[in-house]
Parts: sequence; C-alpha cells; structure tokens
Amino acid sequence: MTDSLTKRLVIAILGWTVALLLFFPIFWMVLTSFKSETDAITARLAFAPTLAAYGEVFARANYLAFALNSVVISVGGSVLALAFAIPAAYSMAFHPTQRTRGTLLWMLSTKMLPPVGVLVPIYLLFRTTHLLDTRTGLILIYALMNLPIVVWMLFTFYKEVPHEILEAGRMDGANTWAEVWHLLMPLTLPGVASTGLLSLILCWNEAFWSLNLTSSSAAPLTTFIASFSSPEGLFFAKLSAASTMAVAPILIFGWFSQKQLVQGLTFGAVK
Amino acid sequence: MSMKSARRSRFLRTALGTTILACSVAGTSSAMADATITIATVNNGDMVVMQKLSSEFEKQHPDIHLRWVVLEENVLRQRVTTDIATKAGQFDIMTIGNYEVPIWAKQKWLVPMDNLPANYDVNDLLKPVAQGLTYEGKLYGLPFYAESAMTYYRTDLFKKAGLTMPASPDYDSIRGMADKLTDKAGQTYGMCLRGKPGWGENMAYVTTLVDAMGGQWFDMAWKPTINTPAWNKAITYYSDILKADGPPGISSNGFNETLALFSSGHCAMWIDSTVAAGLLYDKKQSQVSDEVGFAPMPTGTFKGGPTWLWSWNLAIPVSSKQQEAAKTFVTWATSKEYIALVARNNGWVAIPPGTRQSTYDNPEYKKVAPFAGFVLAAINSANPDGQTANPRPYTGGQFVAIPEFQGIGTQVGQTIAGVLTGQSSVAQALAAAQSATARTMRQAGYPKK
Amino acid sequence: MSASLTGPAPGHDAKAAPAARPVARSLLVMPSVLVLLAWMIVPLAMTLWFSVRQYNLLDPSIHGFAGIDNYTYLVTDPDFWASLENTLILLVAVLVITVCLGTLLAVLFNQPFPGRNVARVLAISPFFVMPTVAALIWKNLLMHPIYGVLGVVAHAFGVPPVDWFAHYPLFSVIAIVSWEWLPFALLILLTAVQSLDTDQLEAARMDGAGSIAQFFFITLPHLSRAISVVIMIETIFLLSVFAEIFVTTAGGPGNATTNLAFLIYSRALLQFDVGGASAGGMVAILLANIVAFFLVRTVARRLET
Repeated sequence: MTDSLTKRLVIAILGWTVALLLFFPIFWMVLTSFKSETDAITARLAFAPTLAAYGEVFARANYLAFALNSVVISVGGSVLALAFAIPAAYSMAFHPTQRTRGTLLWMLSTKMLPPVGVLVPIYLLFRTTHLLDTRTGLILIYALMNLPIVVWMLFTFYKEVPHEILEAGRMDGANTWAEVWHLLMPLTLPGVASTGLLSLILCWNEAFWSLNLTSSSAAPLTTFIASFSSPEGLFFAKLSAASTMAVAPILIFGWFSQKQLVQGLTFGAVK
Repeated sequence: MSMKSARRSRFLRTALGTTILACSVAGTSSAMADATITIATVNNGDMVVMQKLSSEFEKQHPDIHLRWVVLEENVLRQRVTTDIATKAGQFDIMTIGNYEVPIWAKQKWLVPMDNLPANYDVNDLLKPVAQGLTYEGKLYGLPFYAESAMTYYRTDLFKKAGLTMPASPDYDSIRGMADKLTDKAGQTYGMCLRGKPGWGENMAYVTTLVDAMGGQWFDMAWKPTINTPAWNKAITYYSDILKADGPPGISSNGFNETLALFSSGHCAMWIDSTVAAGLLYDKKQSQVSDEVGFAPMPTGTFKGGPTWLWSWNLAIPVSSKQQEAAKTFVTWATSKEYIALVARNNGWVAIPPGTRQSTYDNPEYKKVAPFAGFVLAAINSANPDGQTANPRPYTGGQFVAIPEFQGIGTQVGQTIAGVLTGQSSVAQALAAAQSATARTMRQAGYPKK
Repeated sequence: MSASLTGPAPGHDAKAAPAARPVARSLLVMPSVLVLLAWMIVPLAMTLWFSVRQYNLLDPSIHGFAGIDNYTYLVTDPDFWASLENTLILLVAVLVITVCLGTLLAVLFNQPFPGRNVARVLAISPFFVMPTVAALIWKNLLMHPIYGVLGVVAHAFGVPPVDWFAHYPLFSVIAIVSWEWLPFALLILLTAVQSLDTDQLEAARMDGAGSIAQFFFITLPHLSRAISVVIMIETIFLLSVFAEIFVTTAGGPGNATTNLAFLIYSRALLQFDVGGASAGGMVAILLANIVAFFLVRTVARRLET
C-alpha cells in the first residue's frame, strides 16, 4: 500500500517537474513582458510589474489587424490544403498504382527544401500574378507548403479504412463523390480534423514566407513580431509582450483542442 | 469558407475605406486624386517616433495617406532588396543605409533627390553624410539619422581605479586600462565589443580596427589583403583584449546584447556606434545613465583613416507609382521642421541626430545632450571616402561599398568569431578568410573594369 | 471546429457530377493529383533553371548561362561539407533526443497523478511558440552567461556560468530545437500510449513482468508506428532549421553551426546570388531525397502495414 503511494508520489513529482521545466521559458517570457526594459535584462524575480510594454506595443501596431490576417491565412491555407489533399489521399489509398509510394515520398522530400532557396522564383511569380501582399497569395503558399504532410497524414488514416465498406457503398450505387463524402468522411473525421489542426499550427508559426511576401495589408502576426525584435536599444520586454500576444491565441486554441488532436491521431496513424 | 470570409472582410474594408475617403475628400474639397504611399522602415526608436508623428504630416497633406511596414533591420533589408531588384513596386519609400544608396543608385533603381525646395536647406546636411548618399553628383536618398562610433566608459569605475580617460585615447592605453578595470569575480569587464558574426555586427567594428592598424580589405587590384600583418595585429589585439577583459558570451553579442551589458553595469568600456549615447543616457533604459563618459574612438598606428559612418536614409525606388507624394513625405521627415517637431513633442534629446549642422548649433540640443560634440566630431572625422594606410579601390568606413560585401563580411565574421572561442588560431582564421574572400571575388568577376 | 473544417471539402463541383463508371473512378481523382504535382514542379523547375544561370539580383550586368559553375562553386566551398555534416548532426541529435525523451514522457504522462491534464497542457505548450521567438527567449533570457537565468543560477551557486553559444554552439542550437519539437513527439506518442490495450498490460503483469519489461516488450513495440510518424514529420522540418541559428550564432563561431539552410540563406539573401542559392536548393533537394530513401527503408515500411 505504502509502496504504491510512494510510487504515485514519485510520478506526480516527476510529471510536474518535467511539465514546469518545459513550460518555464514560456512562463519567463510572460513574466518578462510585465517588466520594464531595465528589469528585463536582469533575471531578478522581484520587480515592479508594469503594463508599459503592452501599452507601447498596442500604441505602435494594430494588433487586431495582424491577428485577423493570421487567422484568415492559417485557416484558409489549411482548408485549401485539405480540399486538395482529400481526393489525392483517397486516390492513393484506395486506387494505388505502382508509383503511389514513390510519389508520396517525393512530395515529402520537396517539403524538405529550405524555402530561402526558392524565394526569388516565388517572388517573381507572385509579382507577375499580383499576389504580393495578398491573403490569397499566402493562403496558396501555405496550402502548398503543408500539402505533402496533409496528404501523407490523410493517406495513413485512409489506409485504416477497410476497403469492404467503400465497396459495399459502391454496390449500393454510390458515386465517387458520395463515396468520399458520405462514407469515408464520417469514418475519418477525427483524423481529418487533427490533420487540419496540425496544419493550422504550422501555418500560424510560419515566419519566412509571411515576412517576405507581405508588406502591410496581408501581414500576419509573425510580421508583427518582426517589428518588435532587435531594434537598436533594449527590447526584451516589448518583444516578450508582443510574443505573448502573438502566441496566446494559438496556445489557448491548442489547449482547448488538445483532446481533439489526440483523439484524431489515435484513430489513425499511431495505432 | 475562409476564402469567402477573406473576400467579405476585404469587401467590408473597401467599403469602409471608400467611406473614409469620401469623407476626407468632402472635408478638404480638394480635387486632387488621393495618393497612398507605403513606407518600409526599421523598427529603431527614431523611426517609431516618425511613425507616431506622421499624423501631423497627414494633417498637413490630407491628400496623402501613409501605410507603414515596420520590420527589424535584417528582415527589412532582405525584404526591400528583393522588392527593388525584382522591380515589384511594393514600397514607395524605403529606409536604407548609406551602404545601399550608392550601389542602388548605380543600378538606376532610385529616384534622384534633386529640385529640393529652398527651405529644405540641403547645404545644412553634414558633408560626410551627404557625400555617402551622392552618386555622380546627385543625392539618391535623404538622411534620417546618422551615426559614427566612439568610446563609452564608466566614470565611476575609472575614478575608483584611479584612471583618467585621455582626450584622444589610443589602442595601447585602452588595453592597459581595460586590464586594470576588469574584475571578473564582480562581473565587471574592462572592455565590451561586438562579437556576433555579421557584416553589420562584429565586422563593422573589426573593419575600423583593421584600418587603424594600417590594414584594409582589398588592394588596388581587388585582391583581398586579409592575410597581411596588419590584419594579424588587429585580430590578435581584438581576441587578446576580449579574452583577458571581455565578458563571457562575446561570440553571440551584437550591438543590442552589448548595450544591455553596458547599461546593466557590466562593462567599464565599450567602443561602438554613437547611437548608443542617447540610449545609455536615458534613465528609462540604462542603470548607469549618470556614470557614462564619452571619448573619441581609439586610434592605432594609422591615424586619420576611415572610421565609421552609418546613416539611415529615406529613398524612393523608381518602381514607385507615387513618386511625387513620396518625395513630399521624404523631405518632410528629414527637414529641420521635423526635427523641431520631435523636439516639441519628445524633447530635444529625442531628436534624430547626426544629419544637420543646425542641430548641433542649437543651444537647447547642446544643453540636453552632452555627447553632441563628440558625435559631431566623430561624424566629421569619419572620412569614409578617404584612404587607408595603403591606397584602396573602394569606399566605406566600417564596410566595403560593393554588393558582395554582405556575404563576404558575414563569412569572415564567422571565422573571426571562431578565434574568440578558441576554435582556430589567428593565423589559421585569417588564411581561411583570405581564401574564402578570394573565392567569392573570383566568382563575382573581380577585378572589374 | 471540425464541422467548419469539413465544410469546404466539396470544393470541386466537377466531382459532384454523377455517372462515374467504376473504371473512371480512379481517374476522377487524377485532376487533384495533377494540380498537386504541378504545384510542386513549378518552383522546382524554376530553381533548376536558375541554378544553371548566372543571376545576381544586385548586379543585373552579370547574366548568361553558367553551366555547372554554380555547382562547382558550391561543392568546392569548404563550408559546404561542414554544413552538410552540421545538418545531419542536428537532424539525428534532435530526433534521438525528442523520440527517447518523448517516449519516456509519454509513459510518464499516461500515469494518473493529481493535475495531470494541466501538466500535460504545460508540457505540450512549447510546440505553439514561433521559432524566432523561441530562439530569442533562449538566447537572451535563459542562456546568456551574464543576464540569463542559467547564468544567474550558476553565479548564485558560485559556479562560473557556461558560455553556451561560444563553447557548445551546436549543442545549444540542438537544445533549443529539441525544446520546440519534444512536445510534438510527446503529443503523438502520448496518443499512442493511450490506445495501448490495458488488458495486455494486465496480463503481462499477471505473468510477473516488471515495469521495465512491460515497457520494452509491450509498450515500445506498440509505439513503433507512432515513432515513425514523429521521425517522418520532424525530419521534414529539421532539415531546414534556420531561425534558431540565425538569431543565436549566425552560423558561427567559425562554421560550427552553419547548416545547409543557413549556407543557402547567405547565398540568397546576403549575396543575392540567385544562381548559387538555387544550386544550393537543388543540393538540399538531393539531400532530402537521400534522407527520404533511408526513411523508406527503415521507417516508412512500418507505415505500410
């Protein structure tokens, strides 16, 4: 009895220690955001809390406009990626050819290219098509960026679905559309949702394309951060405040959707 | 769904915009078409003030609307360079350094700043600063603020150690004082310098040190001269003083990290940009504001060579479709009236420094900024077009004014950071830097006719 | 959320058309596959084209066909081989750290203890922080030897503070990147541990298997597929780590932290040598394909079943 109590105590202490250690940098960032700039460069815990950094950040930049762009672009990019990936993954999972596996891996490998290598080609392309500094442009890029991962994750989910179910549907006269929409979709919904969530998080944090392809009207929160990092002078408190504001929406969203994320992933890829 | 919401919000915004526009047009009864200009600028303090005060400009010019893109320096530089080189025309005004202005002017990417209004008083601009923005006799950008470099020191620590800073220090005496001031147990370090690799970070300072020791980047045939005794002397000095008297973490300290160290009381001396003076003097940002002393940059064996001159300037790309409106803003933001406006709102100590003689003649400015005289003297003696100990084919104080320098400077900067951490010896590092630079220059097609 | 995610899926009206013959069924999805391929091929083709051109953004006077010049210039660069090595070290080290620690933590966070859900949420949080912000926080507020938390703690104990980025530059970068990706590994692996059949574990315990034996003979094999997922997705991102290096060490000291992505960055956005950067990009794709090849042989095979 005491043995299991000790064990439980050890586990609780261990679990909380690890969690707090991992969370510490974020906690410290939030803490720093309430310091003055001179306090921010000392590691002291005792300081006079101030909202000065937040005041400065709000006065200088229209946070809501940036946040709205982030939401629109991340959701748009993820949704578009799903819209393209679902039929593709369906084809690969249920009507595979000899090339399916090669294609899939090739797609994944293109994702490993450092984006900076293709900046100029993409910039020229965007200039010609008038997509610079538009939400549409970023949505396209993000969809393209996440497509390989989304296709691959959906593919692994679809592989789990027994072929017989779809075949039975086909016997009943379901066309491809109905097959995907009415049979496959309900079965794999948690997986699709988790994939979408993952894609959403990746879009939100993407800081290369969003910085280089936008200027003002489509600029998301990563640009907002770039306007507070590393100016001449002390900036840790302001940067911490801006970062806290940029991270908060996705963090809170992540906390709430954690269960969903976990459920979806359990259904498929990791079984 | 999101596409639709994006479209709807764009529609809403357009509708809103039209309403506001209609109101403002009705209000001013101006028949002129409105112009919206996009300004790309750095997130440094002076530019933030400009953004805040620009509502005054919009009041004076109701037909010109401003959109701001404020980014950190590195991101901004890659952003505007990509844009101007591909002629994409995303920006009407760009904030660029005196490194870019002549290079871009040569490519015919910038609109010349001629026919300036008489009350702009272009002759009031400090000579070395204006010179750096001139290409074939024309200005291609107007200076917003400018900086040179000087030596900062802690008067209290000097007093305690019984030292006095000479009126014009040299590197030998600096070394001696740094040794005496260092107290590693008490986390006080005799000398703080930049060490983070980068053409605008450690190499900005190292280039001036090399010049002072009689060295330079290239000889007249564009052959790199990094493996010469002058470089060896400079880098040996740099790594020795930092190993003996420098703070830990040197190889990742840039301007900001060093500023944080000095303003939290960890450095006895620091040689860096004059822009730090205002920041160290500001009680809100510095714990040592009452103990900061100023002195000129130390000199080495070669005196009077180029030292350090940087200016942030407003320039208009030829790809802009609103060049007239853009020019109106640029002349406003770099005018005497703008400086007076900042002084009225934030006090004289907060004005963008280093551009105009009239600023330094102003008694009110001299009263609140005791470092003003040092800054003016440093800028006037920066001599970026001057010669090094041996003749050189390029211009520039703490940089080399060729497009390839950003890459070269950063790569050599990495190698030199490796000396600080003991990864390689001075001789090894310089040999590696020499061959890497020679490679890059060959690839870029030097020597050019 | 899930409802809105499924909303736009019917985007393609063409497929809504009925009368699909069984034969045409697999062909009907081809349009999306083609779009997908085209989307990837266009930048690839442009990169390939630029990689054999002399093309410098800052100097339009330099232009023309370069042949393999950009490639020879790249592979004769001494930093190039170092960058390949650093890229691979970074990849393998972060994978090992996140998978090993991730597995242990997943088992730990599967045990019941008070406040477990809150602890889980805290542990997963770093995944939501943008890389640039993470790097700035770690560099300035935590690892700085004088005003960082670690330095201050060391000072308080009378130990000389460690100058992380000078003496252990690559290790420091690995630490930051691992902090970002450990929560991701933990999240995926935790879901797998949760789906573990408790009856099986119970049976094993009846048979007298200790906790360690249970872990190695039941839990670990069960996790193999989740581990494959983690490795696959992390590899994609780890091959092009950039922000963490740019913010902390700028590739130095020396070339200790220059990886391929940073090398390409210095070609593309410092020298604006589009030709050279494109050649670097092509090499990066080649490297990615080699890595992908090994992944197929070791990891992806497991995903087929």
